[in-house]
Amino acid sequence: MGQLAAFIILSVVTLVSAVVVVASQNIVRSALSLIPTLLGIAGVYILLQAEYVAGIQVLIYAGAITVLILFVIMLTEHGTGARFRQVNEQVLPGTIAVAVLAALLMAVFFGTAWPRAAGTLPQYTATSIGTTFLTSAILVFIVTSFVLLVALMGAIVIARRER
Amino acid sequence: MPLPIEDLWAVSPEIWLAGLGLLLLVLDLFVPSGRKAIVGWAAAAGLTLGLVPILGLVGVTPRTVFFGTYVVDGFAIFFKIVAVASTVLVILSAMDVLRGQTQFEGEMYILLTFTALGLSLMAGSADLIMVVLSIEFVSLCSYVMAGYFKADRRGNEAGLKYFLFGAGASAVMIYGFSILYGLTGQTSLYAIASALSGAPRPAVVVALVMALAGIGFKVSMVPFHQWTPDVYEGAPTPVAAFLSVASKAAGFAVLLRLLAVAFASAPVDWITLIAGLSAVTMTVGNLLALPQRNIKRMLAYSSISHAGFLLMGVAAYAGEFAQGLLYYILAYAFTNLGAFFVAVTVGQRLGTDDIPAYAGLGERAPALAWLMALFMLSLTGIPPTAGFVGKFYIFGAAVQNGLIWLAAIGVVNSVIALYYYVGVIRAMFLMPPASAGPVGQPAALQLALGITGLGTLAAGLFPQPFVTLVSAASLLLRF
Repeated sequence: MGQLAAFIILSVVTLVSAVVVVASQNIVRSALSLIPTLLGIAGVYILLQAEYVAGIQVLIYAGAITVLILFVIMLTEHGTGARFRQVNEQVLPGTIAVAVLAALLMAVFFGTAWPRAAGTLPQYTATSIGTTFLTSAILVFIVTSFVLLVALMGAIVIARRER
Repeated sequence: MPLPIEDLWAVSPEIWLAGLGLLLLVLDLFVPSGRKAIVGWAAAAGLTLGLVPILGLVGVTPRTVFFGTYVVDGFAIFFKIVAVASTVLVILSAMDVLRGQTQFEGEMYILLTFTALGLSLMAGSADLIMVVLSIEFVSLCSYVMAGYFKADRRGNEAGLKYFLFGAGASAVMIYGFSILYGLTGQTSLYAIASALSGAPRPAVVVALVMALAGIGFKVSMVPFHQWTPDVYEGAPTPVAAFLSVASKAAGFAVLLRLLAVAFASAPVDWITLIAGLSAVTMTVGNLLALPQRNIKRMLAYSSISHAGFLLMGVAAYAGEFAQGLLYYILAYAFTNLGAFFVAVTVGQRLGTDDIPAYAGLGERAPALAWLMALFMLSLTGIPPTAGFVGKFYIFGAAVQNGLIWLAAIGVVNSVIALYYYVGVIRAMFLMPPASAGPVGQPAALQLALGITGLGTLAAGLFPQPFVTLVSAASLLLRF
């Protein structure tokens, strides 16, 4: 019961602030609303007893990524972003599409008998994540580093001014 | 559990490509600007050498490696050859375009090399995480390459549009994959296959449709095709050639492996779904191609309609003509690269991509015009070109698997396509030239054009060796 209550509270926090992210006219407010969204998801991770992932989520997403986005806003020509208004001309079609899709997905999800089985929880999730990275997910781990390398290259090419 | 050493041999092509990319990064530091073509030639040579470890894997026993996350089979090897070979040709064609246009010339060759690595990984992914990761790998490189000329407004639009649409499509696809994981508790495609057979139908359908949205975006399947003409038009022409051939082929590799492996025994009739999408895709692509006056937009819509023909091959990937899809991809790769290379040459020399500017090309550059005519006929599917044999096999596969109605739609579409392909030939040979004077071609482009032209003719005149090749490659590790 307590778990369900915690899940509902976390979901409300996540969803409401996610709506603010896409609906707010002020770009800084959008960026700041990302923080409760991402923290709510970190809470869901804790409910799933993935405390290491939750910690990383707080550090990297709620912390670093949001700060990075704020810096980007600050460094672009809009400065503080206070005078810049985001306008979405497709609020109505977007809302309808989202509502229909959400209704459809929920109908399917509630009508599905999901296979459930109790797994065994490792003593420390960080250890088992590390072990997975260096055994069964080793290829994924290596390829990720190459993805980050090309992303870095691409960012430099896109961001640097042509002489 | 230690990693068996044979697994490292199985990924020797990928190791080669990754090492080559890193080496080129270092080489680029020491090459002075203005002579960056050296990096391009080194990339082309290194990639060509990369075919050696790929060919060394031919005939390997199909198996999964790296704890079931990766697979080596004839099917993956075929797509790796297509990816690496088309990257070499694109690099050759890009040298003349990039020179003096951007200070990041070397980085483009390196990005192309890494993209070849990503495409190879796409061909061999046997795990949902690897599928997502390799698709993102290729996408990130493609977004950057599409918007490479920053001074060009349409280039910026192309890069940004591709990025935003692509990110959205990827998000939908990953959501679909998460449903698959929820249903099965597995990420390996082979493990999913056995777990899906008893799964509830509505959830499987939702997962399939969402996964199709992401991959369909990559291969520009209707209704996820809107980005294609704008991106092809705005991107540097060699990049458009690359997106239309290499990325599309690898997208089909992922699509087919996902459907034929993971959804093999799922309670959903994906063959009918794909057949329907195929009919819609080729018809919409063709009809929208009819009024185009810009060669890159025309080729973009034509590449959408070819995605429809390839989907026909996916729907019919069973039985005796299973190689139809692979032969079509081979023919399409040669032909479409060639057509884009002609567009590169004309765009460079005449400074325009409008089809009326091709007027009188038959007099000003006879070799180029005849090659373009060959590519246009091959895209239509007229003998004796590769496109004809490809269409023959793919229609044969459709009929063989009871999709006669789809083959009929395909034939009708081929006839419609004749109109806009022949329009280019008419402009080149029947219309008077706007200005006299020959149109020169740089050496690297001539080489690329020669290879694609020869390939188009050879695969049309002597299909047998190619049929043997794709028959060996049609071996897809099921489970």
